[in-house]
Amino acid sequence: MHGRAAALLLPLTAVLIFAVALSATLGFLEVSIPDVFAILWAKLSGQGQPTSIDPVAATVVADVRMPRILGAVLVGGLLGVSGAIFQAILLNPLADSYTLGISTGAAFGASLVIVLQIFGLALPSGVTIPVFAFIGGVGTLAVVLFLAAGDRRLSSTSLILAGVIVAAILSAAIGFLKFLADEQVGLIIFWLMGSLAGASWPNILLLAPTALFGTLVGVFYSRDLNIMATGDRAATSLGINTVRLRTVLLTVSTLMTALAVSVSGIIGFVGLIVPHMLRHIVGPDNRLLIPLSFFTGGLLLLIADTLTRAVLPVEVPIGVLTALLGGPFFCILFKRRQRDGKTDF
Amino acid sequence: MAKPISEQADDLLWSIRGVNFGYNGTPVLRDVNLELRPGCCYGILGPNGSGKTTLLDLMGGLQSPQSGTVEFKNRPLDAWPKKQLARQLALVPQDFMVRFGYSVREVVEMGLHPHLHRFAAPSEQDQALVDEALEITGIAALADRPVTRLSGGEKQRVAVARALAQRPAALLLDEATSNLDIHHSLEILHLIRNRFEQQGMQVVAVMHDLNLASFFCDRLIFLKQGQVVCQGRTEETLTPETIEAVYGVEAEVIVSAFTNSRQVSFRLPIAP
Repeated sequence: MHGRAAALLLPLTAVLIFAVALSATLGFLEVSIPDVFAILWAKLSGQGQPTSIDPVAATVVADVRMPRILGAVLVGGLLGVSGAIFQAILLNPLADSYTLGISTGAAFGASLVIVLQIFGLALPSGVTIPVFAFIGGVGTLAVVLFLAAGDRRLSSTSLILAGVIVAAILSAAIGFLKFLADEQVGLIIFWLMGSLAGASWPNILLLAPTALFGTLVGVFYSRDLNIMATGDRAATSLGINTVRLRTVLLTVSTLMTALAVSVSGIIGFVGLIVPHMLRHIVGPDNRLLIPLSFFTGGLLLLIADTLTRAVLPVEVPIGVLTALLGGPFFCILFKRRQRDGKTDF
Repeated sequence: MAKPISEQADDLLWSIRGVNFGYNGTPVLRDVNLELRPGCCYGILGPNGSGKTTLLDLMGGLQSPQSGTVEFKNRPLDAWPKKQLARQLALVPQDFMVRFGYSVREVVEMGLHPHLHRFAAPSEQDQALVDEALEITGIAALADRPVTRLSGGEKQRVAVARALAQRPAALLLDEATSNLDIHHSLEILHLIRNRFEQQGMQVVAVMHDLNLASFFCDRLIFLKQGQVVCQGRTEETLTPETIEAVYGVEAEVIVSAFTNSRQVSFRLPIAP
């Protein structure tokens, strides 16, 4: 099965590169695909831009569109892979970073910074929101793990229960922060709805290694994850250290989610739908599911972001778009499964 | 059933000494001392809550005793590397539940896990083992079906097939046939007994049904309230006295010519 995944790697990478290039041509300023490659090649190799290309177009593609496009791919990929891992480890096809409270924790961190800024605390913006979002996400996981730790086996029921409780408290806290923000509540709301408009090259340099690392860790443990689906006792009897596996994978997925959220704000449904949809197509085997979740998540978010950036007349917040497209799609999928008599996922 | 092939083997399989275990201060097992030798099918019997499953978990290294030692092949279970232990011991749980729609074949292939390197694909020999396990458990025709769509009996056979593909030195059965009808129970117990007699796979089975235990097991261990009440050869321990002491019911034990094993009938004690 690893072989099947490896065989798909090359074509999928090609599709992704093509999608990135295509997306870079779209927008207010039209640029041809060969020009996009020429501009990127010049940028990557450190040479000056070729004289045949409009310098404005070169700047727009290399420094405005590209970080945002790569940001969309990486954030989508991170959300897809972490969703796949969360679902496999919690044995729950509806699990994602929300179920564990991690996204809500990150949102709380970001909202807190925004409110502090409103109240005049001099914090350098652009640095603190991502940092606080990250701390919020990781901190929430720590609290959730602490709450669930009374159960020595760290069962998925305890984890989800703890996650839901903590998320409920944090949601209330975010509500209070919105209340405090008063007239400037729009700043928080905009961040909560998610956007890739602010993605920059330094963000990409942070996201790319995280995505690579997280996906590799997921692939490394994918056979163990498959076996986890048959229950804790059965997995332990097959030689798997279930507590260590849960701790390692929850931590890595949280890092992935928290970093993605810190760059883009809250973008829902990608982490839920991507692995879910793939499971219907290729089956539940994580050796295939985890790498595919990166490509599919990246591609989907790129399409959604290109829609809102270059196709739609108004820029809709990306989190709203993914929820508006993903939600109904999920409902249709859900009903169709029921009609087919398949209540299992 | 035929007698086991080797009964004189002297090397200890399990040595359990002075084991106490409890959950949150409630004692489950109290001062358990047992020695299990190869060449016998062992049955662990006792009423609900007597600690049968906990004892099996301790023997499989799924739990650690709070005091005392559990040794497997003369080595404390905690000292066994997990993966190495998984090549020795396989477990068939009572309710084999699988989340997500893995195919039957994929689930049985998981049994190869302790024998394979992380990224190694199963060899042809491994595949043959999986095929054989599917074949003898009678689920070869279901190999491509999602395991979530199987009936309880079929799922239980998948669990047995996976345990067989694991090629363990010893198999631990945790009421593995309790939810099955009599036909499927007998089928599964027969095929496990065959593995025991022909290939020397050792078996320890937690069982509820005394009559099934009687023809399946060579030796019985009776637990009551976390303590070993009685242990020994089936024909010596399966007596009305033991059954009354352990379960609090009156029993009649006859040697049935039909099954060629001891069979038990019960009634509640008549109030004086």
